[in-house]
Amino acid sequence: MSFLLSCPHCGPRPVDEYAFFGEVTRRPEKSENGSPSLRELTEYVYFRDNVAGPQREWWQHRTGCGEWFLAERDTRTNEVLSITLPEPSRKHL
Amino acid sequence: MRIAQQSGERIDRDRPVVFRFGETRIGGYEGDTFGSALYAAGLRTFSRSFKYHRTRGLYCCTGHCPNCMMTVDGVPNVRVCVEPLREGAHVKEQNVWGKLDLDVLSITDKVGGPFTPVGFYYRTMIRPRRAWPLYEKVLRNLAGLGRVDERGGHSRRYDVEHRRARVLVVGGSDAGRAAALAAAREGPGVVLVDEGPRRVSELTGVEVLTPARALGIWEGGLVPVDCGTVLYRYRAERIIVATGALEQPIVFPGNDLVGVMLPSAARRLIRDFSIQPGERAVVLGADEPGLEVADDLQEAGVAVQRVVDLRETPVRELEAQRRRGRVRALLVDGEEVACDLVVASGGRQPAYSLLAQAGARVEFDSELGVFVPTTLPPGVEAVGTVTGEGLQKIDVRPKHAGRGKCFVCICEDVTTKDVKRAIAEGFDSIELAKRYTTVTMGPCQGKLCQLASIRLYAQEVRAYESDLGTTTARPPWSPVEMGLLAGRHFEPARRTSLHFRHEEAGARMQWAGPWKRPYAYGERPEDEVRAVHESLGVIDVSTLGKILVEGPEAAALLERLYPNRFADLRPGRIRYGVLTSDGGRIMDDGTIGRLSEELYYVTTTSTGADSVTAWFEWWNAVWGYEAEIVNVTGALAALNLAGPQAREALQRLTEDDVSDEALKYLDAKPLEVAGIPCLALRIGFVGELGYELHCPSPAAEFLWDRLVGDGARPFGLEPQRILRLEKGHVIVGQDTDSESNLLSAAMSWLPKLDKDDFVGKLAVEHFAEREPLERLVGFVMEDGVVPAEGAQIVIEGYPAGRITSARRSEAVGSVIGLAWLPVERADDGTRFEVRVDRRLLGGRVKSGPFYDVDGKRMRS
Repeated sequence: MSFLLSCPHCGPRPVDEYAFFGEVTRRPEKSENGSPSLRELTEYVYFRDNVAGPQREWWQHRTGCGEWFLAERDTRTNEVLSITLPEPSRKHL
Repeated sequence: MRIAQQSGERIDRDRPVVFRFGETRIGGYEGDTFGSALYAAGLRTFSRSFKYHRTRGLYCCTGHCPNCMMTVDGVPNVRVCVEPLREGAHVKEQNVWGKLDLDVLSITDKVGGPFTPVGFYYRTMIRPRRAWPLYEKVLRNLAGLGRVDERGGHSRRYDVEHRRARVLVVGGSDAGRAAALAAAREGPGVVLVDEGPRRVSELTGVEVLTPARALGIWEGGLVPVDCGTVLYRYRAERIIVATGALEQPIVFPGNDLVGVMLPSAARRLIRDFSIQPGERAVVLGADEPGLEVADDLQEAGVAVQRVVDLRETPVRELEAQRRRGRVRALLVDGEEVACDLVVASGGRQPAYSLLAQAGARVEFDSELGVFVPTTLPPGVEAVGTVTGEGLQKIDVRPKHAGRGKCFVCICEDVTTKDVKRAIAEGFDSIELAKRYTTVTMGPCQGKLCQLASIRLYAQEVRAYESDLGTTTARPPWSPVEMGLLAGRHFEPARRTSLHFRHEEAGARMQWAGPWKRPYAYGERPEDEVRAVHESLGVIDVSTLGKILVEGPEAAALLERLYPNRFADLRPGRIRYGVLTSDGGRIMDDGTIGRLSEELYYVTTTSTGADSVTAWFEWWNAVWGYEAEIVNVTGALAALNLAGPQAREALQRLTEDDVSDEALKYLDAKPLEVAGIPCLALRIGFVGELGYELHCPSPAAEFLWDRLVGDGARPFGLEPQRILRLEKGHVIVGQDTDSESNLLSAAMSWLPKLDKDDFVGKLAVEHFAEREPLERLVGFVMEDGVVPAEGAQIVIEGYPAGRITSARRSEAVGSVIGLAWLPVERADDGTRFEVRVDRRLLGGRVKSGPFYDVDGKRMRS
């Protein structure tokens, strides 16, 4: 792993400056039907898709500016397809 | 044995240099390498081979093959053919039992043949199993290369430097230099890396690094460049590879004997060092450069006995004959030609490895008879002979006649027989055969054996080279010292601003995560415990994580991060909080003080500061509350003043009111103590009346001196552990692990399930629906023995739980601790047994604190 990743603030930097926080998951939430099932919760907490291909994931420029952002990366080639700042929402995730 | 001065020779005959080889003093000249000086002094056998201990001499003279590896000033495996001569250096041979010319272990070559096929010891030395350590010890001495100097890691200093370049050119050939100059005309930022030893002349506008080796091309265009004791990690916009082509050996019986060498070696000895490489030579060549060396030899006074042009008759029967490990004659189609030098070249193979690592396709060019790079990845270019340009068709098919060993790989001592055997045993792909025979896996990394092994393989399985392809090229391309990869030897420690006060006070310092903290100041931690119980103690708790959370929505953010409530916390008050993951597991704990409507002061465990900060920031990137998160751990120091006399002591140093009415238990209040602005948190981790004073780090020593001068006894981490255990206070990470949740860790009062949401709420709801399997409880040992932390709890002969903390408490008068037990065995008073040194000792569950059960002392 020695690819370059572009921080939204600092530009392209070596990947070892960043912390990886795994693929973007969807946090189950309560709905009219009540609480999520134990299965839904377990899948959210313990299971990951682990795709071979483009994946949306969390990164933080840990030893740089500290920004958290999202990257779409091809897990087979480490090609970074896009970098975006998160759109915060108090409902989802 | 120097000859007349050659035009362009590298040696300076006016500047002699003397060094030691074993016990002998040897002289050379400035500009020599150790290898050339030794050759000029008459040394021919430079090493013993890896497995058979065969004699080996200078072979490539370009720093690729393993034949000249020696130990220089304690550094093993130095290729002396390229290592510049240093005055006073000490050079020793390696992998030899006895002398270079008479190595006891060369017996393996004479009799070992039938007994030493590839992988023999994995198959023959498996029984009895217990004897393997002995076998291994013997084998390690038999095979292998130099010995690592065990103190070597501290004798040399290595550094790593990150660099950028616009254009990085690897290889100082004509094509490489031309490419570098062309790039330099377009702008600055051009770097050229060359192996040396020949000096690349100054190039205008180009930074030339030599002798230096590009170790590989990693993803993202990362090229680490080995410059001896500095590793440059280059990132370049354009990488131009001009590594040229490598002369290839010819495989025939005795092709490894001393006296057999590549044209590059003969040429360098003559032209660079003005040495006559031999008396009588035979030249075997498959292309023009390989045959032209005959002219150089003749000019140097070598009698060229025969020039065999393999382009005319590719199929020849060749066999080198030996006397005492050296070549004495070459049999060409049965005809004996006496000689002491065989300069043999099987043509040139593009040095494509760097390109292949970068992702280039490498294909067999049947026109040229070698592998060439085809499609190149973006950002990487190739110029010169590495592309195959200027190479001539190569067709070498010597008959492997004769009885001698034909070496495919001189690094690992792999013969044609070994490769054939691997194929016969079913290793039917080149990748498998490589792993089985270790061909291409030695120090030259396939530079001199990749082509030969694939040719042989193709011949044996009757396939085309183009169908076989090559094995995967992986960095590093050339051997590199481990020290260079490791960089400088660092063991970073975080020190609090009171570190030197602790040392001056004679504290025994210990590691606590990344921190250095005092274990205790005196011999008996119990004395420090007693001081806290009876009078006054002070402990440096600067290692606590300290985070400010501020903003109109700071309350809402914390409310959602913690299982308990913080929105209703009144300014000036403190509440204990535990962080859980969305899986409901305990992550960290600490106190949260509300300093004002919009400002919270969060403390974390000593190891949790960075991860909790990142955790807060991540969740707020998800949610977007209007709140700022700032880690102030290093900026602020913290001292915990604890003991029954703490209030009077504090009052003596401040004009602010610190009475129980003005500063109640769990109050947070700004104070000026001894003139230092502090935030005082009245909390009771150690179970007595106590104040945590958080102040700017630079003022900590002053404040400490005042407190200690006023009678507070410093106490360390160990007394603090005893004190907190007496109160049954949990240390997250010691008493809990990644499986612990709030309900099982006896904190079911903490989560507020009526909140809309918090991290871990859904999981805690599910935990609440069922009884936990185990529970964290306190216990008292029956007979006063302290069990080890992690000791096993046994119930009815079965392991059922574990001890997480245990200490002897003088205040309680017994050995107390915390343990995980099955729920049905966790009721107060239940007896269990603990395994201590093969004995089973009794203990009883004891719920609640052991000391000051109703918490009057810390509230006093």
